[in-house]
Amino acid sequence: MKQFISFVIKEARHILRDKRTMLILFGMPTVMMLIFGFAITTDVKNVRLVAVTSQMDHETQAACDRLAASEYFTLTATVPTPREAELLIRSQKADLAVVFGKNFASKHTGIQFIVDGADPNMAQQWTNYAMGVISNMQGSLVNTKMLYNPQMKSAYNFVPAIMGMLLMLICAMMTSISIVREKEKGTMEVLLVSPVRPLMIIVAKAVPYLVLAFVILVVILLMSRYVLMVPLAGSIFWIAAVSTLYILLALSLGLLISNIAKSQLVALLASAMLLLMPIVMLSGMMFPVESMPTILQWVSAIIPPRYYIEAMRKLMIMGVGIGDVMREVGILLGMTVVLLTVALKKFNTRLE
Amino acid sequence: MTLRFLIQKEFLQIRRNSFLPKLILFFPVMIMCVMPWVMNMEVKNIRVQVVDNDRSTQSQQLLHSIEASRYFIFGGQQPSYQAALKEIETGKTDVALVIPQHYSRDLTKGSASREKNGAGSNSAEAQPALAEGKGDMTQVLIAANAVNGTKGSMGGAYLSQIVTANASPNTAAIQSKLSSLFLYNKHLNYKVFMIPALLAVVMMLMCGFLPALNIVGEKESGTIEQINVTPVSKWSFILAKLIPYWLIALFAVTVCLLLSWAVYGITCQGPLWLVYVLAMLLALFFSSFGLIISNYSDTMQQAVFVMWFFIVCIMLLSGLFTPTRSMPSWAYATTYVNPMSYFIEAVRTVFVRGGTIMSVWRQILALGSISLLMSVWAVLSYKKNN
Repeated sequence: MKQFISFVIKEARHILRDKRTMLILFGMPTVMMLIFGFAITTDVKNVRLVAVTSQMDHETQAACDRLAASEYFTLTATVPTPREAELLIRSQKADLAVVFGKNFASKHTGIQFIVDGADPNMAQQWTNYAMGVISNMQGSLVNTKMLYNPQMKSAYNFVPAIMGMLLMLICAMMTSISIVREKEKGTMEVLLVSPVRPLMIIVAKAVPYLVLAFVILVVILLMSRYVLMVPLAGSIFWIAAVSTLYILLALSLGLLISNIAKSQLVALLASAMLLLMPIVMLSGMMFPVESMPTILQWVSAIIPPRYYIEAMRKLMIMGVGIGDVMREVGILLGMTVVLLTVALKKFNTRLE
Repeated sequence: MTLRFLIQKEFLQIRRNSFLPKLILFFPVMIMCVMPWVMNMEVKNIRVQVVDNDRSTQSQQLLHSIEASRYFIFGGQQPSYQAALKEIETGKTDVALVIPQHYSRDLTKGSASREKNGAGSNSAEAQPALAEGKGDMTQVLIAANAVNGTKGSMGGAYLSQIVTANASPNTAAIQSKLSSLFLYNKHLNYKVFMIPALLAVVMMLMCGFLPALNIVGEKESGTIEQINVTPVSKWSFILAKLIPYWLIALFAVTVCLLLSWAVYGITCQGPLWLVYVLAMLLALFFSSFGLIISNYSDTMQQAVFVMWFFIVCIMLLSGLFTPTRSMPSWAYATTYVNPMSYFIEAVRTVFVRGGTIMSVWRQILALGSISLLMSVWAVLSYKKNN
């Protein structure tokens, strides 16, 4: 046991000595939380609007004023023909043009919105908002209630996703690299001839990263609660429990990578491109899984963070009980068992 | 002359690695074939469940128009609001629509009086409003799962448009007079939006990470010492490191553009040479940036983490996924020094909107000066003696 502890201390020293990596490890969650919490928004605001009208009569003026007075649009120019509005949009001086028909006031002819469709989502949202402002249909007939996230802040969606990504990154990538580095430098030989059992060496390597992952988890949760004001609606106990399971899974994945990779470069690229890219892209972190083609949905079904992120969104944001996330937890548990078995098996055969 | 040999050395090093040539060949192909399908923030397949407390012809019509709408998947009916809420909690549905008990009766009665009342109190909770029922117009309640804000708000907005059109022919008439024309992307295809941005992603990952690992790799294996004792100058050493990545970038851009034409049928609307100019400038920025990080790092792990950190920040704040103008002002201020945001804006203008040099010269100028600054820094940060 004493030997084991000294190994853990040795490993912790490795981590603590590398100041720059430490800085990144704690700086990254902080910065990412801030960026995702505040900067990544799809709010409709500061949309540059161009009015297209041949003569500015009373009715046209009123409609323009109503659009400009709303918090979403700023009226930047008035041009006589749609052609000129299109040129303004092309050179990125405007996003949306409102074309009033001839004799708009007398005949109540239609209004056409010419929208920059380069970003389809925003284009649709801009049109929806502009139509809403013009037809003033925010009447009392419909009461729209935004559940769980009344202000529609993107942070609610992203905090669980950042947890899924960072925990995976720290545990899987860092453990695999630290093991492969020992192999590459030849110090692994020295460790293996020491009286500690080989398996214990690996466990000792994983322990500091386990602790680090927990510290980062706590940092993220505290930040999301007190800086981003994201409520922790569910029970803290179950959030911690599911996170622990996920951290174990990430550690076994790191162990597996370190068994396969022969050099640091390969371990790095394998974890960056085969692990990180799919996690960011396919786990439903930014891009909803249900919008993907079926084949990619199948691929995303084997990506562990997908289930963790789903479970965390339900537990943290929606505040449902553990019973409603049983499916996700079950899948995570199964994956952990499989990965750990494979990793340990590979590890043993390699040594003999 | 020494430059030529140095470049030859770099290429030999890349070729001799068992992994890098495959990566350079297949990475752009993989990105172009898979990513446009993945990077799709399109909101579709919103699942709706309806609690119909009215069961009149009018509410049936509402149900039919929801079923007919291409935005929604009609998930069936629920007996009560609580049951629908449970469905949302288990993730079986996204939006619940509650039609109040006297929906149809109130509509015929209220259509005249509502005009006078104008926009009444919509602040009140829906449940008590449903319970009171009698006096005023009862409200249709839309409860949307807004954990994903965009999905929630768009689902809510479309559903309330349908409900309003169903409830008052007056608003329906106004709505029919409003039309919209989506320029450059008539079918609102998300791939058109994402493919030019993918060029940036490819540049970023290939020309950012490989140089970041390059010099630090030489440091770790000790071969940098051998360069340090030769009379090779700083400039030619760094230039010899940059030029291969430029050529790789040129190759990658060509592959990406060809694939976008062959696989998706999406071609550049503006002059193609502008796309190349922009991509080369971005490649210059990222490879210089990678070399700078490589120069300052001692281990590969450090280099990758630092690079990764910067790349994530640069990418997220560039407007690749979300519009920069929606950001708060402090975040918007960073886009003035973010080369990626200039690139994204310019490449979308050229590729999607068909802009010419006149529309993007400012971005080219800014991108060019940032890249030059970075490459000078890359040379200066390389020190031959410790």
